[in-house]
Parts: sequence; C-alpha cells; structure tokens
Amino acid sequence: MSNLIEELKNSSQLKNLFFRLLVVLIICIALSFLTEAFFTTNNLLNVLRQASLLFLLASGLTLVVLTAGIDLSVGANLGMSACLAALVMTNTGSTLLGFMAGIGCGTLIGFGNGLLVTALRLPSFIATYGMLWILHGITYYFMGGTTLGGFDKSFRFIGTGYLYGIPVPIYIMTIFIIAGSIFTKYSIYGQQVYAVGANPVSARLSGVPVNRRLMLVYVLSGLTAGLASLVFLARLNSAEGDIGETLTLPAIAAVLIGGTSLFGGVGSILGTLIGALILTLVLNGMNILTINGNYQALVTGVIIILSVFLDLFFRKKSNT
Amino acid sequence: MRDLTLPQNSTVANLMQRIPGVAIMLIICILGFALLSPDFLSMRNIANVGVQSAILLMISLPMTLVIMTEGIDMSIGAVLTFCGVVAAYVLGQTHNLPIAIVIAVGVGLVIGLMNGAIIVYANMPPFVVTLGTLGICQSLALILTDGQSLTDVGDSIGLAYNGHLLGIPLPIYFALISYLVSYVLLYHTRFGTYVCAIGGNRDALKLAGVRVNLHHVAVYAFSGVMAGVASILLTARMSAGHPTAAIGMEFDAIAAVIVGGTSFEKGNGWLFGTFLGVLTVGVLRNGLNLVGVQSSVQVASIGLLVLVALLLDSLKSKA
Repeated sequence: MSNLIEELKNSSQLKNLFFRLLVVLIICIALSFLTEAFFTTNNLLNVLRQASLLFLLASGLTLVVLTAGIDLSVGANLGMSACLAALVMTNTGSTLLGFMAGIGCGTLIGFGNGLLVTALRLPSFIATYGMLWILHGITYYFMGGTTLGGFDKSFRFIGTGYLYGIPVPIYIMTIFIIAGSIFTKYSIYGQQVYAVGANPVSARLSGVPVNRRLMLVYVLSGLTAGLASLVFLARLNSAEGDIGETLTLPAIAAVLIGGTSLFGGVGSILGTLIGALILTLVLNGMNILTINGNYQALVTGVIIILSVFLDLFFRKKSNT
Repeated sequence: MRDLTLPQNSTVANLMQRIPGVAIMLIICILGFALLSPDFLSMRNIANVGVQSAILLMISLPMTLVIMTEGIDMSIGAVLTFCGVVAAYVLGQTHNLPIAIVIAVGVGLVIGLMNGAIIVYANMPPFVVTLGTLGICQSLALILTDGQSLTDVGDSIGLAYNGHLLGIPLPIYFALISYLVSYVLLYHTRFGTYVCAIGGNRDALKLAGVRVNLHHVAVYAFSGVMAGVASILLTARMSAGHPTAAIGMEFDAIAAVIVGGTSFEKGNGWLFGTFLGVLTVGVLRNGLNLVGVQSSVQVASIGLLVLVALLLDSLKSKA
C-alpha cells in the first residue's frame, strides 16, 4: 500500500517536471519565431552556461527551501566569497588558496546562518536578510570601490573554458545535479531534510535531529554559494563589491519556478535546474529582443509571486 | 486565549521588563559617541539626528504593525524609492506640489493594497510577496527615470525638509504627527485591537465575526500610504528623485522594530519601543558618521545591533 502511494507521489512529481519542461520548450519555440538570433549554437550554449551559473547558486538554496526556510543571503555570500577569493589569489598567486578561501568563506557564512536559525530561533528570512546586509557592508568596506582582476588562466578555465565544445560550467552543473539528486533522494540525510520541511514536529518525534539537519542545509547553501562564487569569478575575471547584488532574486525565482514549495517538503534539485533554465530563457529572450534591462527585476518579481501563487493553487486543488 | 481588549504589553510590569533592552542600547550609543566626538551633543547635531530619523520613523511605524500581524514588508524601501521618483516626475511635468503629493501617496496606497490583497486573499507568505514587490518597484523606479536622477522638481518641495516652524525643523513635525496617528490607530481604535489580535489568534478573531481580511489588508495599505508620505520628505531632502535613493532602507526599519522589542510571534508589539529603536539606529548612523566611519560599515553595525538586541531578549526570557 505504502509503495503504491509512494509511486503515485513520484509520478505526480514527474508530471510536474514534465509540465515545466514543456514550458521550456514553448518559450524556446516562441523565441525562435520571434528572433533569428535565438536559435544559434552560440546563443543556446550561452543560455545553458548562464542557467548553469544560476543553478549552482540556487541548488543549495533549494535544500533550505525544502525545510520551509529561505536563504536571502546567497547573493551577498557569493559576492563576499568571490571578493575574498580574488583577494587571496592576487596576493598569494595561488589558485588553490583562492579556492579554499572562496569555499571556506561561503561555508562559514552558511554556518553563521544556521546558528542564527537554530540557536537564536530566528525566522530564516530575517536571519539571512540581516546577514545579507552585514555581508554587503563588510564586502564594500574591504573592496572600497576597487576592482580586482586578471586571474590565472587555469583558474579562468572553470568559468570560460570549453571541453569537447561544451562550456565547463555545464559539466560542473551536471556533477551538482547528480550529487544533489543522490543526496536528496537516496541518502538518509536528504530524506530527513524532506521530513523536516514537511512537518518538523513529527520529524522530531520520529527521531530526526531537526536542528542538525537545519544546520546542514544552511551550511550546504553557503557551500554552494562559495563554489558558485568561484565559477562566477572565473567567468567575469574581475571582482567588485557589488558582484552578487542582483543575484538573490533570480536564485529564489529559479527555486520557486522549479516547483520547490516555500512551505517545505516538496521539490527537487532537478526542478531547480529547469527553473533556472526557464528564468534564463526569459531574461535571455528579453535581451535579444532588446527590451530595456531595467525590466528584468520587474519580470523576476512577477514570476516569483506568480509561481508561489500557482503552487498554492494546485495544492488546494489536489487537496479537495 | 489571548485578551483581545488591550495588547498585553501595555501593562506596567511588561513595560518595565522591556524598557531596558532598547533604552540601554540607546544610552550606551549616546554616551559612547558623546565621548568619541565633542560635536555629538551639540544642539545642531541633536536636531540633525531628529531630522535624519524622521523618514525612518515614518516607515518603521507601519512596519511595527505589519510585524505584529506576523508579517513583514520587505518592499517598503523600494516603495518609498518609487513613490519619491513618482513625486519628482509629477513635479517635473506639472510643477504642482499638491498634485505630486496626492499622486505619490496614491501610488503608495495602491502598492500597499496590492501587497495586502495578495497576502491575505491568496494566503501567501508575506516575505515572498513583498520580495516580489521589491523587485517590481525597484524596476519601475529605474524605468521611470531611465536610471538618472530627476532634478527638475522646483523649489517648493525642498521646504518640506529644510523649512522650520517655531524654530523646529519641519521633518520633526512630520515624524511626530505620524507617531500620533499610528499611536491612536493602534491603541485607541478597533482596528488597532484587531491588529494585535491578528498576530495572536487570527482564527478566534474570525470566529468572533470580525472582517479579519479587510483589516489585515488595511495594515499593508497603511504601510504603503506611510511610504508615500515619507517619499515626499525623501524627494525634498535631495531636491531630486533618485531611483536607488532608499533601496535597502527596509533593513533599517526592520532593525529598528526588532531592536524596539516587537517580536515576530504572537503579535507582541510596542510602538514606543519602535520610536526608541529608530532613535538608536539614527544615533548609531549619525555617530558613526561623525567619527568618520563609512556607510557600508554602518549597515554592518546595524546588523550587529540587531543581534545584540536579540541576544539580550533571549537572555531575558531565560532569566
């Protein structure tokens, strides 16, 4: 009996993913009719690369949202980690140390978020929102409007390089998807993350260490932000204080479009990939249709509200 | 069940228990900066703190009400910015101050109503709805100004910020009137009682036959209107409409409310605490300015201030 329910649940998840892939297809077809510039190998690879960068940032965030939390600091985290990595690399000349600085900085910030949420029992959006501004402040202070740039070629490879004609970030994205899916679907940690999100009280009563799992998702979100910061840095080849400022809204949008519910317990890493793809396609489409870049935040904002609205709408429908 | 007639926090015991947190921090800040900078306690600077805090107070007051309903308004900084730009735009087109004020406040009201309607009727989490609105308003401000400052606003609006009445700067009057209006709304009207109850026990209120949804939407509408009114001061201060003028100001407001002792649970709010919280944030920013600390570090120190406030809070609740 329980197997049957499980299967049905899985199939509805598959249906959701399929539905979203359909949206991707429709946008692609519409854009290819609207402009010739869209359906070129170059532009498609470009879309994929942008989507993969967004996905890297949003993948850890997905785990946080699965626990019915949010991490608003991912953009600022990326900015600070990137600047620190850049600082270390330009001063020591060592790519390895830069890597460690970026990843370590991101993870530490995630740990701080986790502490605020579990030890101080703050609502996650307040804790991470405060963190956002603290990180902005510190990053601006140390960068002071300067730009660090000109990194080693071997480092830039992870952002701009190609392997067999395909940009390297896409490979990184693939590794993330496989690792993330195995973690969420087949590891006990991942399953416990879902359980915490679905119902923290019953999760605790079933012996799930709720606080430790919460800590885990915030640390992982920080870690992926740190990793994403390195790929971003390699791609941009320069670091400024405001590097991650405009990335928070898109990352949240990608998670929500991907079908991960803000109310916890429902969603997947694969969904977030499709969400990142949809958002990137929309923004890329606006770009090649030469729509004013000022509209991007507006479109992202509308998409965020709409996707939560639709999530609620379909939940209500399936409950009745 | 909670007592619906009066917010719990107005009892003397509760007041005494609460005063220390904010007041101690405020006093520490004042004493510290008085020692660090000789100019800090001059009459001129004290008036400065008041004038600079006026806009923050005007958006922190409705934020208190919103947080008391267990909600949040992340968009208020962006709404403030957008309304300010709208005021400057209308002034540039018509050179008519009353029309500009009415339109700016009207825009604030409409955005607030939309926030409230989506949150209440679609039953969506406030932070995500207002986060979406934040993006939308930020975008609209950039689109309306094309990323530039609108400087053709005439001289009349500057008076709202630089003018004096009986030797006291006009923004202080704005702030005091806003405080009085919010005070009466929260503590002396049925609406205020419902606001306290929405955060405490929304279902009970509904069962009692109150049109909860309407009042809940009104809280966000109030937030939008106050942002609209404050935007006049904002545009007056710069004598221009700037598309990123108050971006991030919602953080100062949320910080002031939390430092002031309003909690995210059960609708426990305290308007005078918010007043003190705004002063604390204002004193901190002003003092750090005098000492020559960059504004980016000021933001980080406000974050620290909030952390200290929360730590004090949790220590007190354990004691």
